[in-house]
Amino acid sequence: MSPLDAPQDRSAALSHIRICDLTGQLAGAGATRFLAAFGAQVIRVEDPVRQGTWDILRGVPPFVDDRRGIDLGGAFNNHNVEKLGITIDLRQERGRDLLRRLVAVSDAVTENFAAGVFARLGFSYDELRTIRPDVVYVSNSGFGAEGPYTSFKTWGPIVQAASGLTFSSGLPDLPPAGWGFSYMDHMGANMMAVAVLAALVHRNRTGEGQWIDMACTEAGIALVGPDLLDFSVNDRPLRREGQPDANRNRMPAMAPHGIYPAQGDDAWVAIACRDDDEWTRLSGLVGEPWAKDPALATLDGRLADEDALDARIAAWTATRDRFATAESVRALGVPASVVARPEDRIDLDPATREWGLWPTVQHTAMGDVRVDGVPVHMSDTDWRIQRGAPCLGEHTDQVLRDVLGLPDDEIAALHEEGAV
Amino acid sequence: MSAPGMLDGLRVVELASAHAAYAGKLLADMGADVVVVEPPGGHTSRGYGPFVDDAPGPERSLFWWHYNTSKRGVVLDLDTEEGRAQFTGLARSADVVLEGELPGRLADLGVDHDRLRAEQPELIWVSVTAFGRESSRAHEPFTDLTILAGGGPVWSCGYDDHTIPPVRGGGNQSFHIAGVFAVMAALTAVLHRDVAGTGQVVEVSMHAAANVTTESATFDWLVAQLTVLRQTGRHALSVMTQETQVRCADGRYVTTGFPPRHVKDFISLRDWIDAEGLREQCDEIVLLDLAVERGGVSLADLREDPLATEIYGAGRTGLVFLAEHLTADQFFHGAQSRGLATGAVWSPEEALLNEHFVARGFPVAVEHDDLGRAVTYPGAPFRAPSAPYRVSRRAPHVGEHQAEVMGDT
Repeated sequence: MSPLDAPQDRSAALSHIRICDLTGQLAGAGATRFLAAFGAQVIRVEDPVRQGTWDILRGVPPFVDDRRGIDLGGAFNNHNVEKLGITIDLRQERGRDLLRRLVAVSDAVTENFAAGVFARLGFSYDELRTIRPDVVYVSNSGFGAEGPYTSFKTWGPIVQAASGLTFSSGLPDLPPAGWGFSYMDHMGANMMAVAVLAALVHRNRTGEGQWIDMACTEAGIALVGPDLLDFSVNDRPLRREGQPDANRNRMPAMAPHGIYPAQGDDAWVAIACRDDDEWTRLSGLVGEPWAKDPALATLDGRLADEDALDARIAAWTATRDRFATAESVRALGVPASVVARPEDRIDLDPATREWGLWPTVQHTAMGDVRVDGVPVHMSDTDWRIQRGAPCLGEHTDQVLRDVLGLPDDEIAALHEEGAV
Repeated sequence: MSAPGMLDGLRVVELASAHAAYAGKLLADMGADVVVVEPPGGHTSRGYGPFVDDAPGPERSLFWWHYNTSKRGVVLDLDTEEGRAQFTGLARSADVVLEGELPGRLADLGVDHDRLRAEQPELIWVSVTAFGRESSRAHEPFTDLTILAGGGPVWSCGYDDHTIPPVRGGGNQSFHIAGVFAVMAALTAVLHRDVAGTGQVVEVSMHAAANVTTESATFDWLVAQLTVLRQTGRHALSVMTQETQVRCADGRYVTTGFPPRHVKDFISLRDWIDAEGLREQCDEIVLLDLAVERGGVSLADLREDPLATEIYGAGRTGLVFLAEHLTADQFFHGAQSRGLATGAVWSPEEALLNEHFVARGFPVAVEHDDLGRAVTYPGAPFRAPSAPYRVSRRAPHVGEHQAEVMGDT
């Protein structure tokens, strides 16, 4: 064990697991981030020739100060905390040999290259299991390793478009709003982590490894399930008049249910009235004559003209402070929330602070930086996030020496040959 | 009969809920024996539409159907001494208990993790709550909408026109985000138990899960105190960017992706316009020819050479031009087959029926004896051929497996 992995600094949950990690961006790096936070030794392998820039997040904004460079990108740091970073040139046989030695001592191999790239480098599953018979290999690409669209290229917004998620996020008579971020990079990464963990559970019980071929688009389609059943059972497509209407709710039906304007610039409050009792309370708070209309006392009555109801609610919320509205509605037991701006939820929200959701890491080049925490806590072996993402090749020598057992003169020779 | 799933042999007892059901479904579809415990009459989410033929009924909720595949179902009344004793007995047979109860309820009933794990330290107990059981906000009422609004995702989604409300993406995504983290943590605890012998308590906060599912909205603030702004069909950023979503000739939309910079992409684009017979109508064609002649544009050129900027703009406009003259599917296939990364904005059902996913076997037929036919469901989020992820049975009817499950214990 390298000094960097001193047990007191790491979660014990997965400290017995080593990952040979060729992932990048968020869709892959996010998966091994979770494993690293729970103590797995994640050894991230990058390309010395292109200085790791296959991962487009290396060296891109945000930055902590005026400095720029491949070791200074804020997104890369966020997605690669607690990992070790090494460089290997896989174009060289000497480099491929090093990777084979790393695979031999790793429980799992993870990558999210375009489909087929890793196999063409000489690391198909058949090759990997020759090196290590019980290896778990998880590949994550846009459309998967087989099928008509295997060669098609994706990034988050394309995955979301192709899976129905972009379409289902919108308002009537407007274009799709979609997701204003790579939601499927997050969820694809999470599902990739599930695949790694489940396959390790399986290996522990059967002694068998396996290859899991993940198509991020399929992971996305699986996230619009009830709409799909409405189609396959009731022949009702989501592409129809008046749909999608994403701020309203059909599963179950609720009204009022929406995002309403509040006092101030670009200020919004969400309100979800779950049943008739909650409406009675909410209408009392609103206190205006229209709210006492007995026709609105039942869900059917409120659904009869949702546009009119929403316009009334919006007129009521528009002149009020969003926090005050949310608080007064919640005080009635009715779900409500401001539409939180980043600063609201990161710096002002007691729930994220109490959770410890924004840990500070020490990054070798960037210094102290706050990053995403993990939304789970475990009572005995909780996550630890303290170490920033590796600088390019930061741990190459330690890993070659301590994990692969190479003598110093051989490590020096590898540097001279440009293999690492 | 195909091979057992990856979690074959793992026993999970789940207390039915709307927001943790997806976690149970993932575990069950991966081969765990998941027993979902409902109160008498069935869980309230059986009342969530849509319903089969729009006729409500506890066995007709498509919400219940989707989120409870591959599980077995029993009814226990935790409000009675007998029901609690039965639950305790059932939990004794479990590797994992999964629950989404309101904070404090199980402690009040005397069947919380403290009591059960005292006698069974190897048990893994997974709680999914809105804010965490110990949070100062633990007892706030919530729905998918309020979690996604308060947790960050909604702020980033919507339209360039900021007088239009931001948008909550459809499909109960706060349940999915929290659910997948619950599964990641549960399996992490199983792997730790494999070496340490003891279980533990796993807490999942839906609010925290939403907060770390916003990409740059969070790290732009954490690192540089920048606030992202929502933009139609593309990434929220701290500055407004050019549109990437185009309405095609058939009224459907595509996302154009990054404009070309490399010469091979300019050649593809120009030749594609020619192949469609659209050269004469395309105002940008001269600039695209020029782009090919000069070998594309580099990022450095873009900073220093006004002509390069014009050419780069023509690449984007050329893509938009093609999209407007083709159907969304023609554009998507035409671009992708030429190596240009673009996407067609399919509705969920269009995605499910798409040739690629059908060829991969993603849509699966699940036998519904209660309907007298098979129903098509979305299948595996990943392919694990030797230990498949599989929807092994329809969701259970109320108390369907009472005798076989309670007989076991």
